[in-house]
Amino acid sequence: MNALTQDTSSQNLASYNFAYLDEQTKRMIRRAILKGIAIPGYQVPFASREMPMPYGWGTGGVQVTAAIIGRDDVLKVIDQGADDTTNAVSIRAFFAKTAGVVTTTATPDATIIQTRHRIPETPLTEGQVLVYQVPIPEPLRFLEPRETETRKMHALEEYGLMHVKLYEDIARNGHIATTYAYPVKVEGRYVMDPSPTPKFDNPKMHRSETLQLFGAGREKRIYAIPPHTEVVSLDFEDHPFEIQHFDQPCAMCGAEQVYLDEVVLDDKGGRMFVCSDTHYCESRRADGHCGALLGDEPGLGAEANTRKEAM
Amino acid sequence: MYVAVKGGEAAIANAHRLLAARRRGDANVPGLTLEQIAGQLSLAVDRVMGEGSLYDPELAALAIKQARGDLIEAVFLLRAYRTTLPRFGHSEPMDTGRMVVERRISAIYKDLPGGQLLGPTFDYTHRLLDPELAGDAPVDAPETGEDANERVVRVSDILGDEGLIEDDPLADASRPVADITRTPTEYPMDRDARLQTLARGDEGFLLALAYSTQRGYARSHPFVGEIRIGEVDVEVMIPELGFTVAIGRVKLTECQMVNQFQGSAKAPPQFTRGYGLVFGHAERKAMAMSLCDRALRASELGEDIVAPAQDEEFVLSHCDNVQATGFVEHLKLPHYVDFQAELDLVRRMRAEHFEAATKAADETAATDDTMEAAE
Repeated sequence: MNALTQDTSSQNLASYNFAYLDEQTKRMIRRAILKGIAIPGYQVPFASREMPMPYGWGTGGVQVTAAIIGRDDVLKVIDQGADDTTNAVSIRAFFAKTAGVVTTTATPDATIIQTRHRIPETPLTEGQVLVYQVPIPEPLRFLEPRETETRKMHALEEYGLMHVKLYEDIARNGHIATTYAYPVKVEGRYVMDPSPTPKFDNPKMHRSETLQLFGAGREKRIYAIPPHTEVVSLDFEDHPFEIQHFDQPCAMCGAEQVYLDEVVLDDKGGRMFVCSDTHYCESRRADGHCGALLGDEPGLGAEANTRKEAM
Repeated sequence: MYVAVKGGEAAIANAHRLLAARRRGDANVPGLTLEQIAGQLSLAVDRVMGEGSLYDPELAALAIKQARGDLIEAVFLLRAYRTTLPRFGHSEPMDTGRMVVERRISAIYKDLPGGQLLGPTFDYTHRLLDPELAGDAPVDAPETGEDANERVVRVSDILGDEGLIEDDPLADASRPVADITRTPTEYPMDRDARLQTLARGDEGFLLALAYSTQRGYARSHPFVGEIRIGEVDVEVMIPELGFTVAIGRVKLTECQMVNQFQGSAKAPPQFTRGYGLVFGHAERKAMAMSLCDRALRASELGEDIVAPAQDEEFVLSHCDNVQATGFVEHLKLPHYVDFQAELDLVRRMRAEHFEAATKAADETAATDDTMEAAE
């Protein structure tokens, strides 16, 4: 991220600043981000703005990205792990238009990755920033609807209720029935919502080399996990945390130990499983990996897309 | 054969093109002008200005046109524009006592200084569809009269003289005025921030909550002390000049609800206030707002909190329709990653369930066999 310069072209009425937000707002958001980094896992209230996309569609992530992006950044946006889902396309186009930055689908090429519901399979590295879109930042919200109460519980580190909930899951079902937005404890202090990523992705947060920023626009909260931070999924000694496992590899690229989407092929129960991370799948196919359903076809759509959008 | 979905960009572009065509409708029919919308659908414009918290009839009309008449979408368009505007400061407190009233009614005094003035109201119209309106028949010019030059005193001031109603809370001038668009929400919320939140809250949501207080969920025995609609000067202090300057006028609807109050340990028996103030001509909204404001003063007045309308976090964090519509509608975004996780869990739990059931059935069968053998 580079120092930003004001980009006001005041020739026409409807001109917007670089990356849409005005510099005052960006400064306010950066302060919240810095505070979040200083207190890992703590939800920092910030004066979230109305964005030109609806609340619940990534306004928190967009504001965080807008506050940190510079002209030399390369942006990747994924939704459900995919670069081509409509909302990811829309957000990528937003920054291509308002900031004129280079966008990419290639995970290693990106300096900022904004995501909804997934962490890329390709391990992220130092210098990259992962920005999460968060709908409900409060991990205790479904146990206690009141903000005044949950803030108190965090302040007193009173997380018994969460353990009781997980225990009740085990008592009722034999295992913990939380599959996504699985609560984690950050640096031994704050219980944090990892956003609705499947719990499969939780271990990737632990001691990640990458700075992880979380933005919740409607709820007006920002939080952060600095690089190399302890992120531990809550569990019990006799019921240790475990991630999802799939019985079969990706039908397109043959990858194992990755998160797969189930695709319905017909109305007769035909199913196939493919990588949810589209770039990972494409680059594996480009490297010659081949899944059961791809047959002998050459890798299709394999080239990663890095481009500078026309303003 | 499965092919990874590509072409989101083309799909979005085509969808927006179709939307533009649908918005325009039949090209043989002349398009709506902003003057037509602002002039003939003025209550829709007022609602969009109020909930969009931006006083600009022309932009509100544009938003309504662009939103195909979807008022919440129009509010959203206006808000997203408003948020990009620089904030210069705030006006001096507006004196609604000096409003140039177009409508002014009180339900608690038959006659009062300034009189009852019905103004342009739907009240007492018979709701019969008027076929003549399908055309463009000329309309009679409104009746006019002499200005009586009588000061239109606020009803709350009349009551206040006798000490029967609580005083208007004194604003601490040293404290900055809250701005809910520039500071994150914190609870408990002060009354200035609460009134701002209610003023741009969804009319339907506040109406329903207000209605619930009348039906016994936090009953407040309300009377309409006064509703007044009209234009008020907006004055700002110019530091370089050292005095205030009127920079324009806005149309406002103000509702002062007068509520019975038994008194408590904190306050003597007297009437209490619920306050509603909204941009434009928005009587229903102002009335609903004043009932909600009064209900939300429960803890301040030492009343028991027993109903949703009194619950600050419940009311204030759910009354914004831009937030509400965004989050409700985001459910149509793809959720297949999380759904996959749930599929996996449900399949596993079903397998365990049927396994347990089969095992139980086998055991019962086995017991039956032994019992038969014993017989």
